[in-house]
Amino acid sequence: MALAHRVLTRRGTGLALLAVLPIGFLAVLFAWPVAAIVGRGFSGGGVATALAGGETWRLAAFTVAQAAASTLLAVLAGLPVAFLLARVRLPGVALVRTLVLIPFVLPTVVVGLAFRALWPDGGVVPIVLANAFFNVAVVARTVAGLWTHLDSRAEAAARALGASRSRAFREVTLPALAPAIGSAAAVVFLFCATSFGVVLILGGARFRTLETEIYLRTVDLLDLSGAAALSLVQLAAVVAALVAGAVARRRRETALRLRARAETARRPEGREWWVVAAGLGVVALTLTPIVALLVKSVSTPDGWSLDGYRALSGHGSSGTLAVSGWDAAIRSLRTATDATLLAMVIGVLASVLLVSLRRSPGRLARGAGEVMDAALMLPLGVSAVTVGFGYLVTLDALPGDLRTSPLLVPLAQALVIIPLVIRMVLPVLRSVDERLRQAASTLGASPARVWREIDVPLTVRAVVAAAGFGYVVALGEFGATSFLARPTSPTLPVAISSLISRPGELNNQLAYAACALLMLVTVAVVAAIDRLGTGTVGEF
Amino acid sequence: MALSVEGVSVRYGSFEAVREVDLDIADGEVLALLGPSGSGKSTLLRAIAGLEPVTGGSVRWDGDDLARVPVHRREFGLVFQDGQLFPHRDVRGNIAFGLRMHRVPKDEQARRVGALLDLVGLTGYAGRRITELSGGEAQRVALARALAPKPRLLLLDEPLSSLDASLREQLAVDLAELLRGAKITTLVVTHDQEEAFTLADRVAVLERGEVRQAGAVPSVWRGPADDTVAAFLGVTTFLDAQAADGVARSALGPVDVPEARDGAVRLGLRPTALRVAPDGVAGEVVSRVHRREHLRLVVRVPALQSTVDTVDAVAPVSADLRAGDPVHLVLDPDGVAIVG
Repeated sequence: MALAHRVLTRRGTGLALLAVLPIGFLAVLFAWPVAAIVGRGFSGGGVATALAGGETWRLAAFTVAQAAASTLLAVLAGLPVAFLLARVRLPGVALVRTLVLIPFVLPTVVVGLAFRALWPDGGVVPIVLANAFFNVAVVARTVAGLWTHLDSRAEAAARALGASRSRAFREVTLPALAPAIGSAAAVVFLFCATSFGVVLILGGARFRTLETEIYLRTVDLLDLSGAAALSLVQLAAVVAALVAGAVARRRRETALRLRARAETARRPEGREWWVVAAGLGVVALTLTPIVALLVKSVSTPDGWSLDGYRALSGHGSSGTLAVSGWDAAIRSLRTATDATLLAMVIGVLASVLLVSLRRSPGRLARGAGEVMDAALMLPLGVSAVTVGFGYLVTLDALPGDLRTSPLLVPLAQALVIIPLVIRMVLPVLRSVDERLRQAASTLGASPARVWREIDVPLTVRAVVAAAGFGYVVALGEFGATSFLARPTSPTLPVAISSLISRPGELNNQLAYAACALLMLVTVAVVAAIDRLGTGTVGEF
Repeated sequence: MALSVEGVSVRYGSFEAVREVDLDIADGEVLALLGPSGSGKSTLLRAIAGLEPVTGGSVRWDGDDLARVPVHRREFGLVFQDGQLFPHRDVRGNIAFGLRMHRVPKDEQARRVGALLDLVGLTGYAGRRITELSGGEAQRVALARALAPKPRLLLLDEPLSSLDASLREQLAVDLAELLRGAKITTLVVTHDQEEAFTLADRVAVLERGEVRQAGAVPSVWRGPADDTVAAFLGVTTFLDAQAADGVARSALGPVDVPEARDGAVRLGLRPTALRVAPDGVAGEVVSRVHRREHLRLVVRVPALQSTVDTVDAVAPVSADLRAGDPVHLVLDPDGVAIVG
């Protein structure tokens, strides 16, 4: 017993060391700034006023309603695409896999702009459509990830027992997919509820969500207590969605016996072609705004022109930008690289920690793991503006002024990507069979060697894919970046946003051209990730 | 004794999966741990490997307590029921894994991999991918992988259970030859008595976490310790008899039992203990099932005045017997065990 205790203690020390970096990072760069802002709100005494005001609840109601509508739409549109990706063996499905991901990693500003190209006046409909458009990929790929590996024999059994194809789907397949759908819906809801760029561009002054209102109050009205109150309301909603997602995920990871894809995909037959057509229709629709944007980038009142692209080397009309378009692009690439490196270190360490906690024998350790798993998702759901503003009021307390450091923006972006990295790496790490590791142990591999020989090779593709994915998300990050980036060193999305807020034909042209540039990089990276052939097990 | 397990217990919360088990394995010996599923035999094997924390007792090798020795320093090879080959390495990479861990030089590695593939009958498979192997081949590779670092003890966890019947039989024979030929000290866990008896010199029968009986294969087969062990070893009918001068007499007639003491004995009959014959105890066929090497019958025997009046019996495959047919049965010493 004493020995077992000692072994556990040594293990505990190792885990604690592993935990220092991710927990420290999160505490300093997330919990503290957010707490500071919320605390400031409370001390100002405005929280009670704001909570009592009808305006707050109207905003909250609109936020939840538009997020719910967007989520519903994304799920409905995502399911046929998921079927297409998971169960259909047709030429071109691999291409669809790549195409469907493009909207999700597009910068929110670009998406907003693309929809404004179609609905110049904005409004509720384009907001919901844009949010759904953004997230169809999340639903399609999460659900397809499970569907691909779902044993189709259960459905065959139902058919043999006399169920029609649609009945078998409703009664056997759909319930089996429910955890993935639930988990995807929770994440999508989160993204939609905190969606910033899209609502800012399409909603204008008429349609505001908690997220844009926090921005407005913080930046324009300097009403910190109001912003803090709104942050609290947002936080509560987010935690509820996270808990729902965690419950769904747990069911998904434990309850199912999964099969290899080769065994489940086949040529569609009969009415399945309708589903395939629906899936392709959704993909075509999601590509429409992108095409519209590309068309806009080369059209002027005088006909086709590449003026916008040529203007990338300038500063926009009457010096809207402090730097040239190309400078902004290079700044974007650099910042995203730094952010990705940071996020990979923290995210992979956190994943290793979480999986080690789950493997440990103690109930306490497993409980701690689950709490941490949920806590690490929080940055997804807290207003990037709150975090950004929190940085400005807290980080001067640290040695070496981070607020003016070029690392400030990468740190904020890393915070946004870390949850995504964890969601992509953790499921793969968890799926490594414990007995493979034990086999390696009995063959003489020390615990560290087991990691190197078994876990690393089996996870490396997911890690690389997560890095690529994180990179494009960082590239398009807008909320926190727009708040923290200095005017003299904007990233491309920030530059685009300032371009469209100033009138001028050239500015518009330049903005659209910059969007096209951003999209090009995104598509290239996404295509490279899909070449790796992962994404079947990860969640996005 | 090479391996000695002394009073080992494994507990999960309040559930005691293994309870104060004592076991010894001599150098070069093959011991089978036989038990129904859920008897704790795999848990015991994992505890010996160091994969399961022991809550009481000790596992010793040549007298040294292994409690402080982690899994990777025990030098015990382990083969799982379903191989658990490393999917990211080919056959060569799997077999060479343990050699790399023990810093065996490259050329020596290549030589050993070739020799092991010859040994398990897979010459030329070194470059194959794991996904290209059949179940039987995968199990052979798993065995070669476990043998590669020359473990001092080989642990086999239901090594043949995932294979189909004919393959299982073939592989069991091959495995038995290989273990005997190379004098590999082995502990094999199985729920299949036939597999246990093919592979092992001695068996230990485990039930509900406790060893009910341990001994040489023939003595356990012929003399199960109690009714539970007997039932697990295929005995379907129990019968009281009187033994004298190596012959036991009962309601079903006489049978040779040279090892029985004179006096009252309890016979355990496997289905093959009663054969249809021209004369013998009279009975009536109740039902029949075709098996591979015989016709399996359930026969009602009026002469049995116990609570059960039906017994299992066998007839040649060619016998055309149906329910209701009258038959005569004689005892065959090969199917008879002395219980207790």
